[in-house]
Amino acid sequence: MSILIDKDTKVMTQGITGKTGQFHTRACREYANGAECFVAGVHPNKAGQDFEGIPIFASVRDAKDATGARVSVIYVPPAGAAAAIWEAAEADLDLVICITEGIPVQDMIEVRHKMRQHNCRTILLGPNCPGAITPDEIKIGIMPGHIHRKGSVGVVSRSGTLTYEAVAQLTELGLGQSTAVGIGGDPVNGLKHIDVLKMFNDDPATEAVVMIGEIGGTDEETAALWAKTSMTKPIVGFIAGVTAPPGKRMGHAGAIISGGKGTAEEKLTVMEESGISVTRDPSQIGRLLKSVLK
Amino acid sequence: MKIHEYQAKELLRRYGVKTPRGIACFSVEDATKAAEELGGSLWVVKAQIHAGGRGKGGGVKVATSLGEVRDWSSQILGMQLKTHQTGPEGQKVRRLLIEEGADISKELYVGIVVDRATQCVCVMASSEGGMDIEEVAAKTPERIHKVFVDPAAGLTDAEATGLARNIGIPETSLAEGASILQALYQSFVETDASLAEINPLILTADGNVVALDAKINFDESALFRHPEIVELRDFDEEDPLEIEASKHDLSYISLDGNIGCLVNGAGLAMATMDTIKLFGGEPANFLDVGGGATQEKVTEAFKLMLRNPNVKAILVNIFGGIMRCDIIAAGVVEAAKQVQLRVPLVVRMKGTNEDVGRQILSDSGLPIISADSMADAAQRVVAATKGTN
Repeated sequence: MSILIDKDTKVMTQGITGKTGQFHTRACREYANGAECFVAGVHPNKAGQDFEGIPIFASVRDAKDATGARVSVIYVPPAGAAAAIWEAAEADLDLVICITEGIPVQDMIEVRHKMRQHNCRTILLGPNCPGAITPDEIKIGIMPGHIHRKGSVGVVSRSGTLTYEAVAQLTELGLGQSTAVGIGGDPVNGLKHIDVLKMFNDDPATEAVVMIGEIGGTDEETAALWAKTSMTKPIVGFIAGVTAPPGKRMGHAGAIISGGKGTAEEKLTVMEESGISVTRDPSQIGRLLKSVLK
Repeated sequence: MKIHEYQAKELLRRYGVKTPRGIACFSVEDATKAAEELGGSLWVVKAQIHAGGRGKGGGVKVATSLGEVRDWSSQILGMQLKTHQTGPEGQKVRRLLIEEGADISKELYVGIVVDRATQCVCVMASSEGGMDIEEVAAKTPERIHKVFVDPAAGLTDAEATGLARNIGIPETSLAEGASILQALYQSFVETDASLAEINPLILTADGNVVALDAKINFDESALFRHPEIVELRDFDEEDPLEIEASKHDLSYISLDGNIGCLVNGAGLAMATMDTIKLFGGEPANFLDVGGGATQEKVTEAFKLMLRNPNVKAILVNIFGGIMRCDIIAAGVVEAAKQVQLRVPLVVRMKGTNEDVGRQILSDSGLPIISADSMADAAQRVVAATKGTN
């Protein structure tokens, strides 16, 4: 078991003909069961062509009908990425993973609103995220596959390389992962920490969770307060940006302390009060997780 | 991206928002001429810098004669204006806004932001204008009224009128107040703003509703579709190192410490800074070379960090995922040679081809200090700045 994706997931790539889409589709196909999983690509003007044997369709709906793919991954450039998300939602896919970085916030507000208005059941992961991986089964996104091991630790994080750092620490300590999920660094996104925690809580293969956050917003607090009353599995946490000055955007569009809200200390305090074991030293994430396992 | 008050007012006027008549000036002479042109007997001389809190810092003065306009202008223009948003060194004033005086009977607040929790645009209004809205939120939150706008419908007449009434705009001026709120919302959406604020919005003695100040920030990700906004960018207001960084597609922010940091990925970069601080050091910058950094980018990043004279040591922390450690190592060696590195350099690499990467560093003959974990790297770089390495 795992969450969101497994070896039987069938995936289409939106933006398969761009440089990034090609590079990562290739790497994903080479990982574990990827050759079976990546079954389609989408490009409005290139239907009937293929990318290294993966057939290309004119639309998400065509790709879904022809191949049965119910998950998509998006590498479409920022200006068209929100439209690509909407196309996937309209085609009633199960899950859409948007890797694209730099989508205008207004575009995301609009597409999220439309998804709510139409009661779309499509789950959105990202944008501006590394994707998700269920080790030894499937990887959808841009994370390095080889640092992961199959196991029982769930990982949820807002950042990319910091997630890899935590995963590598776990793997070095012999702690494999059930699924590692990057929810992305944008202010308006799909799945949040709380949503992924709920999934890990319900997943029999997950025994403990690493939750990595960063400054900006209050999603970590919301997740921690839910976990306090409802999570049955241990969580360890880290928040990046204790030293970040207010009003400055730290790389990620969502990583900004504004109006005194969204500081790392505030988040760490709420997490601690909610029974989450936190560390202020990111090189200790793996060891801390090990210490809370039964 | 930020713009000046006078630019924001110009933009809002196009949407039908009333503002005092004013003229932007770059010299004392122009300022006096502007006051003459505006006429009347009361003027306001306003420093134009991107930071807030200008009034308290002495950057906003009222003049009752042309002579006073001249005096205040020569005092303010060129000064290092210090506010709670500029940092201790302040910001040099290069532009002025000369405005006609206003007859204030009541000061209000309106602002627009993106609310992450509801994923909507939030319009806020308060009867407590002219003061820091964060202070109002902390002390009297009941005096801030909010509307979360349905993006399909926009800010409706009923919502705008309701907000206007809630903040104490009298019935006779309600329509005008509501239309200003709608204009502000319209401008926010159409220009892809990330923040729009009128503080204070004033009620004049004769019942007009006027924007006495204006602040608009824009979503950097949407600038590609707003060339007219990009033109308003004032490079004098930005950190030259941050401008240089953006040219190379690097994300750089200057900080007060003495340890330069070069990291791939924003989260890891923040975590690296935090670790340095945890072990008693102070980062000199935030620098994210991106998840897929190239050798050229690493070289540019090095040059950038070293232009900050406070840097006493450098910490490179790379997690090689897609980008292999050997490539980054080659970049570090190349950069260190090009810039004739004179400060201690601690490198911590993890991930794909880390062994090859470490070999490249040690074969380079450069005095590079290698570290295993982030904690180890932070301790070594902190020690290096204290000369006890």
